[in-house]
Amino acid sequence: MNRTSNNPLADDLVRPLFHTSVWFYGSVTVLASIVLCGAAAWGYQLWYGIGVAGINWPVFWGFYLTNFVFWIGISHAGTLISAILRLVNARWRRPVTRCAEVITVFALMIGAMFPVIHLGRPWLAFWLAPYPSAREIWPNFRSPLAWDFFAINTYLTGSLLFLLLPMIPDFALVRDRSTGLRKRIYGLLALGWQGTTKQWHRLEAGMQIMAIAIIPVAVSVHTIVSFDFSMATVPMWHSTIFGPYFVAGAIFSGIAALIIAMAALRRLLHLEAYLHPVHFENLGKLLLLMSLLWGYFVFAERLTVWYGNEHSEMAVFWATQRGEYAPLYWTMVICNFVIPLPILALRQLRTVAGTVVASFAVLIGMWLERFLIVVPSLARKPLSYTWGEYTPQPVEIILMVATFAAMILLYMLFSKFVPIISIWEMKVGNQPHPPVVTETEDELAGLWKARP
Amino acid sequence: MKAVYALYTDPDAAQRAVNALRTEGVAERDIVVMSSEPFEEYEFSHRDKATWLHWIAGAGGLAGLIVGYLLTATTQQLWPLVTSGMPIVSTWPNIIIVFELTMLGAILATVVALLITASLPGRLSRLYDPAVTEGYILVGVDGPSEELAPRLDRALASVEGGQVKSIT
Repeated sequence: MNRTSNNPLADDLVRPLFHTSVWFYGSVTVLASIVLCGAAAWGYQLWYGIGVAGINWPVFWGFYLTNFVFWIGISHAGTLISAILRLVNARWRRPVTRCAEVITVFALMIGAMFPVIHLGRPWLAFWLAPYPSAREIWPNFRSPLAWDFFAINTYLTGSLLFLLLPMIPDFALVRDRSTGLRKRIYGLLALGWQGTTKQWHRLEAGMQIMAIAIIPVAVSVHTIVSFDFSMATVPMWHSTIFGPYFVAGAIFSGIAALIIAMAALRRLLHLEAYLHPVHFENLGKLLLLMSLLWGYFVFAERLTVWYGNEHSEMAVFWATQRGEYAPLYWTMVICNFVIPLPILALRQLRTVAGTVVASFAVLIGMWLERFLIVVPSLARKPLSYTWGEYTPQPVEIILMVATFAAMILLYMLFSKFVPIISIWEMKVGNQPHPPVVTETEDELAGLWKARP
Repeated sequence: MKAVYALYTDPDAAQRAVNALRTEGVAERDIVVMSSEPFEEYEFSHRDKATWLHWIAGAGGLAGLIVGYLLTATTQQLWPLVTSGMPIVSTWPNIIIVFELTMLGAILATVVALLITASLPGRLSRLYDPAVTEGYILVGVDGPSEELAPRLDRALASVEGGQVKSIT
């Protein structure tokens, strides 16, 4: 650190930017190697063709689309939760928001890669962009894939800006504590921030508007991802419940990812003084609520299908209830409902460790849920001669593992270059209450009109 | 003198310093206050609060809505291909694109307006002191007249707990 200060909060939170331990380099090396293996696997698939993956008639959507839906779901951890907590002015949100928003940005980037990986000719992915490509043909805006393009890009743009704007004052702090090249880089990132009253008002007003705008966008994103399925007349896909079911599942897995990320940051960056057990307890309660909501949606979906007793849907139903997909289905139920419910419902178990255990179970369960939505329905289409099987191939497994490594790697690098907890928001949280204003709002308004 | 300012750790002192400058006849728009956090509870923090940002966001959303409608409806008519028996201009699916572009318009307009009205990106003013990001509250006047400067210096010094500085 280039400057000493009497600002212990800032000292604690910028320390990781100025000091790097050996384990950091070791972890980055290992994770980067795994990511490179993933890149090599993709290169192998590009060279030999999409046939090296396990996807084949009739199951054309396998691991890649499962991971796409899973990562887009994880992205709901951040911006959506952060925006809601900002709007309701939850004071406990302050150490949590940035940790959460980062997850959104990186998970969206990773999730958006999968449809491109899934394409046989990914170099033509830009055809989804809204411009007249070959023969002046525009994208078909009636296709759910075009909706995905717009929804994901809007959410990614909004989330990125929602993350970046409150980082500007913290960049200014790092700028003022640095020297040399680091000072120049953070100076550029701080955009000349000085902390005038006007700048603070604009930032806070802008964040409030962004929070209002980003919530419906977040809901729309996973609803539109669900439309990829529900717009098709495939057994157990063509359902009106899919929109809210997907959104609930996304928030469920998103909160689980946030809890794990916070616990890791708390331990590795020694942020125990800022990420308190109460944060985990509050998020644990949210996770409990989402677990119950998820159970409700699954029951409603299953009951409707079973009661309808439609032949093709029942084939998928029984394949998951007691057929070849049953082990995965019941593991999903255990992970998403049976394990988290007692842990999160009992206060004694809703500790940091308890919520982390429940969150790991939920992540496994939610990945299985995505897989069980994608694969069994395609493998059991209405006519039995179109039935088939799907077995993931090494390329798909390596790519999936690589994306998990990429997520951890990006998160680590981010926390190395940016204070992972918003310093200025923490300071605001520490301000004394109640207010010490001597004049009412009306008097103030009149005052500013009267003064030159 | 180019500027005179004082640094305070206590927002109550900063408020008194602002009041002292007003007493000396400094115009409201000439008083500069910088801090490392917003102090919503203090009167000095209510300066420059009025903003058109909400209206600009709304206008951006409206622009996005119009672009979204024109993009979908116009391009579908350029190549009138029937897809799955849907009308050429299919309102229901188009609503999705229109909605996303409406929100994108509102978000981008908000950010652009925020940056412009907050003078970002910009150069650091000569009044800026790095102590601000360390938690000090800067209260000062940029470019006071030669006769006013000593009075401002005294006014700022009269508030307890301040470090008065001047840039010549």
